[in-house]
Parts: sequence; C-alpha cells; structure tokens
Amino acid sequence: MFTFILGVTSNWTKIPSPLFKKAVIVLIDALRDDFVFGSKGKQFMPYTTQLVEKGTCHSFIAEAKPPTVTMPRIKALMTGSIPGFIDVIMNLNSPALLEDNLIWQAKTAGKRIIFYGDDTWVKLFPKHFVEYDGTTSFFVSDYTEVDDNVTRHLDNVLKREDWDILILHYLGLDHIGHLTGPNSPLVGPKLYEMDNILKKIHTSLLSKEEESSLPNLLIVCGDHGMSETGSHGGSSEEEVQTPLLFISSAFEKRNGPLKQPELVQQTDLAATLAIGLGLPISRNNVGNIILSIIEGKPMREQLRFLHLNGFQLSRLLQENMPTYEKDPGFEHFKIAEKSHGNWIKLYLEGNNSEVLLNLGKKVLKQYLEALKILSSSLSKQVAQYDMYSMTVGTVIVLEVLLLLLLSMPKALSSRAEFEVPLSPPLFSLLFYLMCLMLCAVHVIVCTSAESLCYFCSISWLMAVGVMMLISALMCVILSAFGKMLENPKLPAKNPAVSNSSWSELDVLMLAGTVAHAVSLGASSFVEEEHQTWYFLINTLCLALCQEICRHYFLVKECDLQLSTAVKQNFEDIEETAQCRSVDIPSCDSKLGKVTSSGEFLKGSEKWMGLASPWIILICCRLLRSLNQTGVQWAHRPDFGHWLTSSEHKAVLSLLAAISLVMIFILVQRRCSLVSKIAMALGLLGVYSYRAAIGNVVFPWQQDSKDISKGIIEARFVYVFVLGIIFTGTKDLLKSQVISADCKTKSIGLWEVYSGLVLLAALLFRPHNLPVLVFCLLIQMIMTRCIWKPLKFDAAQITIMHYWFGQAFFYFQGNSNSIASVDISAGFVGLDNYVEIPAIFLTGFATYAGPLLWAIHLLCYLSSEVSRNSAAMGHGCFCYALICSVPVTVYIILVTGLRYHLFIWSVFSPKLLYEGVRVFITAAVCMFFTAMDQNPSQKIHD
Amino acid sequence: MKDTEIKRLLSAHIVSVLSISLTTIVPPLFLENFSVLGTHLIWLCICSICVTTVNIILYIILKPNPSSKRISFAHKVTKFLKCCVFFFISCILFHGIIVLYGAPLIESVLETFLFAVLLSTFTTLHCLCMLGPNIQAWIRVFSKNGAMSIWDNSLQITTMCSIVGAWLGAFPIPLDWDRPWQIWPISCSLGATFGYVAGLIIAPLWIYWNRKQLTYKSR
Ligand SMILES: [Zn+2]
Ligand SMILES: [Zn+2]
Repeated sequence: MFTFILGVTSNWTKIPSPLFKKAVIVLIDALRDDFVFGSKGKQFMPYTTQLVEKGTCHSFIAEAKPPTVTMPRIKALMTGSIPGFIDVIMNLNSPALLEDNLIWQAKTAGKRIIFYGDDTWVKLFPKHFVEYDGTTSFFVSDYTEVDDNVTRHLDNVLKREDWDILILHYLGLDHIGHLTGPNSPLVGPKLYEMDNILKKIHTSLLSKEEESSLPNLLIVCGDHGMSETGSHGGSSEEEVQTPLLFISSAFEKRNGPLKQPELVQQTDLAATLAIGLGLPISRNNVGNIILSIIEGKPMREQLRFLHLNGFQLSRLLQENMPTYEKDPGFEHFKIAEKSHGNWIKLYLEGNNSEVLLNLGKKVLKQYLEALKILSSSLSKQVAQYDMYSMTVGTVIVLEVLLLLLLSMPKALSSRAEFEVPLSPPLFSLLFYLMCLMLCAVHVIVCTSAESLCYFCSISWLMAVGVMMLISALMCVILSAFGKMLENPKLPAKNPAVSNSSWSELDVLMLAGTVAHAVSLGASSFVEEEHQTWYFLINTLCLALCQEICRHYFLVKECDLQLSTAVKQNFEDIEETAQCRSVDIPSCDSKLGKVTSSGEFLKGSEKWMGLASPWIILICCRLLRSLNQTGVQWAHRPDFGHWLTSSEHKAVLSLLAAISLVMIFILVQRRCSLVSKIAMALGLLGVYSYRAAIGNVVFPWQQDSKDISKGIIEARFVYVFVLGIIFTGTKDLLKSQVISADCKTKSIGLWEVYSGLVLLAALLFRPHNLPVLVFCLLIQMIMTRCIWKPLKFDAAQITIMHYWFGQAFFYFQGNSNSIASVDISAGFVGLDNYVEIPAIFLTGFATYAGPLLWAIHLLCYLSSEVSRNSAAMGHGCFCYALICSVPVTVYIILVTGLRYHLFIWSVFSPKLLYEGVRVFITAAVCMFFTAMDQNPSQKIHD
Repeated sequence: MKDTEIKRLLSAHIVSVLSISLTTIVPPLFLENFSVLGTHLIWLCICSICVTTVNIILYIILKPNPSSKRISFAHKVTKFLKCCVFFFISCILFHGIIVLYGAPLIESVLETFLFAVLLSTFTTLHCLCMLGPNIQAWIRVFSKNGAMSIWDNSLQITTMCSIVGAWLGAFPIPLDWDRPWQIWPISCSLGATFGYVAGLIIAPLWIYWNRKQLTYKSR
C-alpha cells in the first residue's frame, strides 16, 4: 500500500492536460462591477447580461487589492501575487516583470500569445508575445482612438488559427472615468461598444469550436474599479470590486434564478487560468482555483487540481515562513492530502458507489478549507521590511529635525543667522569614531541578515557617504548642544523668544502643530486629514478675530489713557502700566468727541479689520463644500460634482468666466503693464482651452462641436506663463546684480507669483477655479487687514501661510489617497506622454495650493524687509521647521506601525505625499535663500 | 470677606453641577426610552432649560454684583427683554460659527441649533446673569486682567472651559469607530457639558489657591 501511494504521488505533481483550447482575455480598464451586474449593465450591455443570466457563463465579483492602479493589477492578475506598494510609482515606467507569471509559463509551454492594448503589458512582458500592438495609456483625454487601435486587429485575428491566447486591454472606459466620472453620458456608449466586441469574440469562438475537441474560453475582467469621482488608486468599494466573467461552452447553461455573483479575489484568476490552460501555477501565486470553473470535471480531476494548487501554496508558505508547520492552513492541507490518498485507493479499487462520491465531496471541502486558510495566511504575510535601512533613514531625518530645533534660538534672532558649524566637528575625533562604529555595525548587520539590505544594493561610495552624513550630523548636533549649554542665557536676548508671554495665537499655533503631527498616527485622521486642517484654520481665524478686537478696542484705549494719564499725574504711572485692564466706557466718551476725517478713515480700517476674519471664514466654508474629500464623507454630494455634471455646463462656464475675471482683478494690481496684458491674454487662453476640450462652452456656440485636445490653446497659455515668469526673473536678477531698490525685487517676485497663478488656472479643472480666486482673495484680505496693521512677526506669518497652504491642498479636492491625483493635468498641451513635463505639471497641479501660499509668503516677507531686515531669514527657517516636524513624526510613526492593517491602503500613500512635499519644501527653501542673499549682504557691508 | 465669597461661589457651583447630573438621572423616571445618547435632542433641551433655571434662581438668591440704587420695575422689564434678545443673538452667532466649522447647513439644522443653544446657556446666559446686558462690562471681563471680583474670575474660567470642551469634543468625529456618541452633535455637546462642569469645579479651587495673588481694584 505504501509503495502504491508513492507511485501516485509522483504522478500528482505532473501537470494535467488543459481544459480549454483557446483563451481570450478581454481586460476592460476600470470596469466596475455595477457596469456589468448593475442597471448600467442591463441597459448598455445586453449581450453580456443575457450571457450572465442565461448563458454558459460563470460570473464573479473579483476583489482587487489596493493600490488599485493598472500596472500592479496586471501583475496581480498574471502572477497571482500581491504586488508591493512601490509599484504605484513604477506604474509610470514599468520595467520587465521578472517574477514567475502566467504569460511566461504559457510561452515556455509553446503557446502563442497575441496582445493588443495598453503598452504596459508590452513593457512588463517584452518578448513574450508573438504579435502585439501597444497603445499608450497616458493620453487620458482620448477615449476612442485607444480602443479603435485594439479593435481594428480583431477581425483579422479571429479569422486566424495561429494563436492560443489572445489578450485585449481596452483603455477607453478608464479614460472616460478620469475625464468625466462614472455617471458621464459617455460611459453608456462605451459599454455598448464593449458589449458588441464581446459578442463578436464569443460568436467567433463558438463557431470555431465544432471541429476541435476542447472548448474555448472567454474571460472578461476589469483591472480595478472606478470611484464616484472617476479615478482609482484607493481602497473604496467602488474602486476595488470588478466583474470577472468566464464564458465557455464547457459550462452548463444556467437555469434557475440568478444569484448574486460570488466574491472572489483578483489573484484567483492566475491559478484558475493556469489550470484551465494546463500550465504550472506560478510560483508566487497566493490565489485559489475558482471551483465553479472545474465543477464539470470528474471528481478525480477536481481533487487533483485542488491538490496542485494546495501543493504550490504550501511550498510558497514553506519558503516564506520558518514556522510553516504550525500554520493551520498547512495542517489542514496535510489532512486533506491524506484523505485524498484514501479516496484514490478506494477509487482504484473500483468502488464507484454513492459512498465514494460523498467521500470525494468531503475531501473537496477539506481542500477548499485548506486553500482558503493557506492563501489568507500568505496574503497576510507582509512584505519583508528592511528594518536596518529604515532605521538609517529615520535617524537621518531625526538628526536634521534636531539640528533645526537646536538652532532655533539663533536662527530667530535679529540677525537671522543659520550657520552650521561644519569644520570643527568634521575634524574631531568623535566624527571618525562614529564613522568607524557605523561601518562596523553595517558589516555586522549585513553579514548576519540573510536578505540583502538596501545599502548593500547601492554603490559602495554612496553607502559610505550616508554613514559620513549621519556621523557628521551627529557631531554638529552635539557641538550645537554644547554651545547652547555654554551660554544658556543667549536665547533670552533674542527678541523673538524674549516675549515671554505667549499670546493665545502662539499657544494655538503650537498646539495645532503638535496635535496635527500626533494625529497622523491614527488611520482615520490620515484619511480625514482635511478635517484637521479646516478645523485648525477656522480656529486660527477666530483667534485672529480676538486678536484684532484686542488691537482695535483695547490697545488704542490703553494708548490714549496712557497719554492722558501721563499728563494728569505722574504718580499713577504704575497703574497705567497695567493698561490692558482699562475699561472702555470712561475712555469711550472721551474718544467719541475727537472725531475727524482721519478718525473716520481709521474707523473704516477698523471695521474692515473686524470683518475680515469672518469673510475668510465664509470663504473657507464655501470652499469646503466645493470638493468633498477624504473617505468617510466622500460620497456626500458636493458643489464640484454638481458643476461637472453635463446638465450644468452653462453654470460651470459662467462660474469659470467669473473666476478668471476675478483672478485677473486680484493679480493685476501689483503687476507691470506688460504682465497685465500678458495675464489677460493668458486667462483668455485658459478659457478657450477649456472650451476646446469641451469642459465649458462659449455663449455663441450652442451645439457641442467636436472635442479636440486643445493643444494650440494650451501652448498659447504656456507662452504667456513663461513670458511672465521670465519678466519676473529678469527683475529679480536685476535687483540682485545691480542691487537696485527693494521695489524692483518685490515686483519681480509678484510677477513670478502671478505666472504661477496663471499656470495653476490652466491646470485646474474649471470647477476648481474658485479655489484659486479665494486663495488670492484671502491672501489679499489677510495682508491688508490683518498682517500689516497688526504687525505679526515673521514666524507667526509663516505658520499661518503654512496652515492655509495645507488647507488649500485639500480645498483643491486632494486627499491622502492616490486616487485623487488628477493625472490629466500632466497632459495639458502635450501631444503624448513626455515624462518630465508630465510629472512636473501633475506635481504642480496637485501641490498648487501649498506652493502658491509659500510663494506668497516670500512676496509678503520681501515687502516686510524694510520693517524687519531678518524677516526673510526667519520665514525660511520657520517654513523649513514647520514642514519638517510632521514629516519626521510621520516617518517614525509609520516605522512603528508597519504591521498595521491599513499600512498599504492608508499610511503608505500618505508617506508618498509627504515625500513629494519634502521635495517641494526643499525647492521653496532654496528659492527663499536665493532671494535672501542680497539684503543680508547689504547689511553686512 | 473673601473666604465667605469663595464659599458662596463654591456652593453655587455645586448646585449647578448637581443640576446637570440630575438631568441625566431624573428624566428616565418620567420619559420612556430616554437616554442621553439615544434621545440626545430631548436631553439637550432638558439640560439647557435646567441650567437656565438654576442659573436664574442662583442669581436671584446670591446677587453677586449687588447694585446700590433701587431699580424701577419698568427698568427691570426692559433689562429682561434685552437679556432675551442677547441670548437669542448669541444662539444665532454660535450657530453661525458651528456651520462655519463645517456642520451641515441644511440637514440637521435642529441638532446644530440646539447645540448652539446649549453652548449659549453655558456661556452667554451665565454672563447675562452675572453682568447683565452690558457690553462694556463683558469686554472688561473678557480682556486680560479685567476681572474685578471672584465672580468675574469664575465666569472667565467656566466660559473658557465650556468652549474648549466643545472644541475638543469635535476631535473624535472623524474616527472610524462607529460609536453612537460620534454622531453629530453628541460628542461636541458632551464635550461642552464636561467642559462646563470641569470649569464649575475648577473655578473655586483655582480662586482658592490663588487667593493671595488675586487683588481686585474697585473702581
Ligand atoms: Zn487601469
Ligand atoms: Zn486609470
């Protein structure tokens, strides 16, 4: 008996013969489950619906794992594994897939594969297809040509016999989603087109079947869904659930009532398809065979397929988990294997009764259970973290933050010097000792760990550089710390710190910064970060309101009383020193009588000042209802959606036109005449660009004309953007080189700023143009009525700018999920995908809010230089500090939370956003320092 | 003199705290299905009314700012009417601020408004009882070093605490815990109530500890 089982075992791992002859995979990008199974499917996909309801078809809802972006999804479909998060970035430029995958297996088995569609496939599988035609997926505003490029090959291919697998990847639906969302009128016709294609393929496959012995298989699937805004990348239900249809004459016709499609994993396709085509299951697959597909086969074969799947999964478990034998899935599998052996014995004995069938069903159940547990424990098996490299990165970030914090008293002093004492620590003994120690640690860690760390994979010199950087930073921190200890009284001398009494505003700013940084540890607060910022800027406005009240009502009375009191008697000086405790009524009567025209002007300024926080609050409330972001309340209707729906095109056009006019009015006041004209023409160009691509309409053009890509109009605007920025830079250079007056410089800065505003106006979707208007409006009100009269210091102003910048990031409709990145901004005025401009434009459009506020800070501080010569230095330092605090805290938090359930869906995308923000902050600070060079030199001279 | 004042203050505050705790205990005896979380709006009404009556009664009994001259009846009526107008304005103002903070504009207007009423009872009503409808006095009390008696100090503390409590109460709303108390405006109104109660308890203690430093100028 023993030998008998052994004999069977050798047979078991052999690959069984295929179940299907030909397979056609139709992948429709961003096909959401309700596009097939919902009301849209019934309306626009009649053939498919009929197949699902009555035909020879098995339908499922396949669940994709986030990030729901095309390239990782293709990987998941073809390898059955769960790709890492870094693939989101690779999505833009994918290298060839080296992992074991279905396509490679099919090619080695001598299958001929033809592919038409998204060229990501061609990049992933470069030499695998006998015939292919890749269409680029990056030009999102095109949704007909991408699909026609696929369909035009279809008639020819379907006639031919020289292929085994045909893969079609249709991109049009995804592009429609990105452009106009899932409820757009364009979706219906596209689904109908897809339905016709499916019908064509299916009938052709059926007609060929008669001669051949094996049936053909048609698979329809989506790589990911589509959120209510039309994008994808996140983990909401709409983005994750995609339909998966297996259509073949091998299946029995469905009779009886239609059931709700079963939920499966997207990774299950790879294993199922491998079995169906008689190929080995790929090595890293974590999916299970979908049982319904092999249901028609005899029990013996079914069990064999399941065993193959289980065998592969348990081997993968063995490789990944040292304690695999204790895993419940593995134990289940061993039990199932044993009962399988018993069943085979009975079977071979010729026992063919009811008992055998029931026993077989029991074994089947055992296998399914084992597979389920195995694949779930494999999916849970998180990626191997390279703890060593993570620690190194965290240490560097922490050291930089510590350095910034330590040099705070010095950098905020009146001279605003931020000098890193580099040379003495570099030559100290400590530095060399640190280097030596780190080298030793590196060698020990890298030789003891079995997996390679990141530092071993980069070049040798770089690794040494990193180590030197760490130790140098350490030494600099130590020396700075030592200096602080030497003269601890130094901070007290500084005007910025010496104001020992903290106002409510300072307390709020500190508390807000700390609270925000800490809140990043909770996944909900990361998802709903916009709420934090809206809350904070609201409170900031109220605190400002209180500050203004105090300024206009109390301080003035106090001055007045001071002067009168001094006149009256000198003894009372002590009492008047506590001038804040003065009550109003006695002074009010005195004040009221001394009215003049000048007083009246003051009065209007006062009322403007008092009203301005409320105006800003109302603006923020309006902006908040424009774009609903986040996760929990993202489904709530918002004004932006209302505007973008096609019925409200006229309103949107009007709003866009008004916004553009407002932008012009708000920006032009400080520009030179040439820039004013350029600005006006540029804004006109923006409108005509939006009209050309069909977002808005001109009043004279009633019928919707055919939509173009608007390349000429967009480039027309680019010319003006570059022109304005160029004039601005020229002025800046002039002021820098000839050291002309400050006025040239601030005009130059403002021109650069207005150029960026124009660029943002071009890249923003038309319904977001009010965000830009309100941004400019709030900046103007703040400058005129709050900052200038109340004479805040540079640090406070910087923090306010930073907070508003953050809030505007979310007012734009951004969130901490990858899904909200508007990649269509990267294609404005470009014919096809050009990497560098596309990345630059997308990045600018996404971070326009924080960037515009940062540049405005620069403009404001440069105009303040006359009052406080160190303003620019303070501003730059505070900006760097305030930006680096949340990043540092977040990096530490994420390192600690790396086994959190939401690490890939919530924390990692946020980390990506923070990373990009660090780059932008660095760029802004560099610009700051470049602008700051000149006056500081002047002071020194 | 001062110690007796502090004792009076303490007893008044203890009565207030007890009245608030009674609003959670007593109503279930009369109303079916009453709970602070489940029938939150009813609780809001009961709490506001209760705090209002207790404050007014305490004001009549204690008379914290006694005025020397006798006031005519007509004057009293106009003062009372003025107080009502002030209270209503403050409710509207609070409602406006809450909406600016992001509360929905049209849906759940009633919830928002009742929350605004609760906040007004904790802050404005208290002030109205102590100071009367006299804006100048308000500005004096709420400017720095403006307190002229321990009653003013306690007013500052309770008002600050209620508002800060309501402010902090908004923090749990975005969390995805799906708890019943995360529904608008429960966490905020509970926060305000806890803040108010905390303020009532802290104020006498704080004044007691700082009684040496506190010197009030009489004008
Ligand atoms: Zn896709
Ligand atoms: Zn897409």
